[in-house]
Amino acid sequence: MEITLNVNHNIHKVLVESDEMLLDTLRKLGYKSVKKGCDTTTCGICSVSIDDELIPSCSYLSYRAEGKKILTVEGLKEDARKIGEALTAEGVEQCGYCSPSLVVAIHTMLKQYEDPSDEEIKHYLVGNLCRCSGYEGHNRAIKHYMEVRHDGSK
Amino acid sequence: MAVNKPIRKIDGMGLTQGKPAYTDDLAPQDALIVKALRSPYAYAKIISIDTSLAEKMPEIKCVLTYKNVPDNLMTRAGQGYPEPSPYDKKVLADVVRYVGDAVAIVAGTSVKAVEQAMKKIKVDYEIYKPILDFEKAKDNPVKVHDNDGTFEMFDIGHFPDRNLAAGYAMEIGSVEKELNSSDVVYEGRYYTQAQSHAMTEPHSSTAYLDYQERLNIITSTQTPFHIRRILSRTLNIPMEKIKVFKPRVGGGYGGKQAVHGEVFVSLVTMMTGLPSKYIYTRREVFESTYSRHAMRIDMKIGAMKDGTIQVIDMNILSNTGAYGEHALTVLMVAGSKTLPLYNKVKAVGFRGDVVYTNLTPAGAYRGYGAVQGNFALESAIDELAEILNIDPIELRKKNMIKEMETSKIFEVMGEGKEGSPMTVESCKLDICLENVLNKIGWKEKYPCVEVDENTVRSVGLALAMQGSGIPFIDMGSASIKLNDFGTFNLTIGATDIGTGSDTILAQIAAEVLQIPVNKISVYSSDTDLTPFDVGAYASSTTYVSGNGVKRAAEKMVQEILRIGREHFDSDEVSYDGEYIYSKDDKISLVDLATIITYSENQQQLQTIGSYVGETAPPPYMVGAVEIEIDKRTGQYKILDYYASVDCGTTINPNLAKIQVEGGLLQGIGMASYEEVNHTDEGRLVNSSFMKYRIPTREEVGEIHVEFVESYEPSGPFGAKSVGEIGIDTPPAAIANAIKNAMGVRINKLPIKAEDIWMKKNNL
Repeated sequence: MEITLNVNHNIHKVLVESDEMLLDTLRKLGYKSVKKGCDTTTCGICSVSIDDELIPSCSYLSYRAEGKKILTVEGLKEDARKIGEALTAEGVEQCGYCSPSLVVAIHTMLKQYEDPSDEEIKHYLVGNLCRCSGYEGHNRAIKHYMEVRHDGSK
Repeated sequence: MAVNKPIRKIDGMGLTQGKPAYTDDLAPQDALIVKALRSPYAYAKIISIDTSLAEKMPEIKCVLTYKNVPDNLMTRAGQGYPEPSPYDKKVLADVVRYVGDAVAIVAGTSVKAVEQAMKKIKVDYEIYKPILDFEKAKDNPVKVHDNDGTFEMFDIGHFPDRNLAAGYAMEIGSVEKELNSSDVVYEGRYYTQAQSHAMTEPHSSTAYLDYQERLNIITSTQTPFHIRRILSRTLNIPMEKIKVFKPRVGGGYGGKQAVHGEVFVSLVTMMTGLPSKYIYTRREVFESTYSRHAMRIDMKIGAMKDGTIQVIDMNILSNTGAYGEHALTVLMVAGSKTLPLYNKVKAVGFRGDVVYTNLTPAGAYRGYGAVQGNFALESAIDELAEILNIDPIELRKKNMIKEMETSKIFEVMGEGKEGSPMTVESCKLDICLENVLNKIGWKEKYPCVEVDENTVRSVGLALAMQGSGIPFIDMGSASIKLNDFGTFNLTIGATDIGTGSDTILAQIAAEVLQIPVNKISVYSSDTDLTPFDVGAYASSTTYVSGNGVKRAAEKMVQEILRIGREHFDSDEVSYDGEYIYSKDDKISLVDLATIITYSENQQQLQTIGSYVGETAPPPYMVGAVEIEIDKRTGQYKILDYYASVDCGTTINPNLAKIQVEGGLLQGIGMASYEEVNHTDEGRLVNSSFMKYRIPTREEVGEIHVEFVESYEPSGPFGAKSVGEIGIDTPPAAIANAIKNAMGVRINKLPIKAEDIWMKKNNL
């Protein structure tokens, strides 16, 4: 079937199978930041923002996304760079495989929470697994990013 | 200038912004999809296999079975050559030895077609009785490799007719005599489990034939040069026809040291002429790659009443599963990178058997035996302290290794062969210990503090050491090229799998060349274009490859001085990174590099440096944990983990810190709940992230890592390794904390609440 997807404010007409998952469609369209980590919707590495909600794209049928606003890290522009700068300032991106989805997750979290507590941050991001970092560096980077963001908005 | 600076990883921004960088991102768009039909049985012979229906499907381009692939024996291990692992594996064989062993390979134009085709392959198996219990495997009538021609490249104690993949024994002094003359003897048995690497990127490989009809492989590997060699020798493809390139890799931790999907995509592409790719499913990563060697470790320690440890004896049974990847060397490291911690003994014994079973193979995993050995040794030291009625910290202080001391073990035990003698020129274990005790507040908290009538908080501690490369075996090399306008290219064989080695190697080159790191473009891990490097394993990159880079850069400085002398026609020139000076003149590097490229005395400056270690200076660390435990149930949580590390100079303090933090969390996972279980038929239970739990960000309190000042004279700018050591201390530290809270010794990993409860209640 042909569907129309709004990805990062770009409109794509794309042929998909009825059982095709958004992860595969996005990669087919060239959004290679969206990656597969598991087969069971557990690792969070395929997460994208759909209408400002964090969704694992590996188990989201592509046609369900019609009419919705999909955001991947490629579409976050300046915000993605700032979050990226905060992560890389700690060296916590390491292998980088989970980083694009983490950037999207942090961005999406901050749309929902103005000023999340440490516990809220951990809870919101709990589905984003990382095997390299031990997470401590994420905490440092996110705190730093939130400070920079606040200073910027003043 | 560049070293010991927390600069950003050179690939960091690109990766966080989602640039296409990993194998599947770079695979040709029309690559055939490759998948494997895998054995549902733990041990079976293929009586017949009919692939005709699958082959008739128009979407299917290639089906491989044992009948149409090269018949050579190999080891997947991905080590130097000749390998210290037995040649006991074929690409595809008519006998399958574990659930998940490959039976047939199917390549086609879509995932769906390939999955359909796999269902159309008819296989008749003769099901054999498997051997699944590793404690019963030795000399069992069920033989995992029954007369199938397996062999060893040199003596590794390989006796397949006894289910022994490898074995080793050594004794320094007389263990028996010293045990007999000790005032007290502690004896204890410990078990460590198989652990999965759970790297986020599944193993991925793609292959295509280029315009010269050479086989190009892009693969998520830790060892591109070993992969080229193994493919050539196993698949009978001339070495010069193969190019292997490692792009960005989504984590390895040892799991991508071996050859995995590379053999299959190579065969498919050679047979069809078409590009192909094999992206492992998460289930395949768990079931069909490999995990950590499970071990049973028997400890005996003899000591005098005053706390002098006289003798340590370690006796290991290790489970390598169906194939003996890293069987011998992981075993040896369990002793060689733990026992020298207590170097004042009069005798030390170490021996072990590595047995075959019909389970998922075991292989390299961060810590590589040391984490298993550490759990046993550092638990045993606390037990010994209790018997002696001596404070466990005082016992350690009295017996532990110190700077400028040695251990005979360094000389006797290497990896797969004898070691090399070493005086430890950098060891700040004493400072690490003091720092950790102060930071965690040991005095106030040891052994435990009651929170309320049901809850206590307790502390536990362990020491650890690792190595830095494999002396006289592992070689790393680098090449540096000066470009017009004074920029440099650094090409290295070293394999950055997310650790940041491309960055820290550039920092080392920049330090020698006295230039900013951003003047250096780094390119790595390409068997055509970069010089050789064994790859990312054995904690070798900073130390071994780093020394290679340093040599190449030092030669480049000499070359710059040479062209400076020629330019000024003077013997007295100097260089400071920006200018080349004669007695009364100067020229910038930018100008001189441009002149020798375009106008005068034209020539290309390029240098090469390579390095093989003569010793493997150990990094050291002390880890201490504070836990909170419910005395009624044994349920515990980790509040804080303090680590103090001596890895010599930290080339990049940020990246070193993340290495240790990440290692600690993998160690905490191993200590607390990660495990690989099988059904009675040998089927893996934990084959997804739903059933194999890795730590999330909610489960651990805080991890605090610090580095002590230390300088290793043989390392590049004083550096040692840091990649593995972080994983070593949590199992013993957590077990010791539980003992300090509950009074029971848990000798089996992972440490589950119910095990604590049962032990407490004598069940």
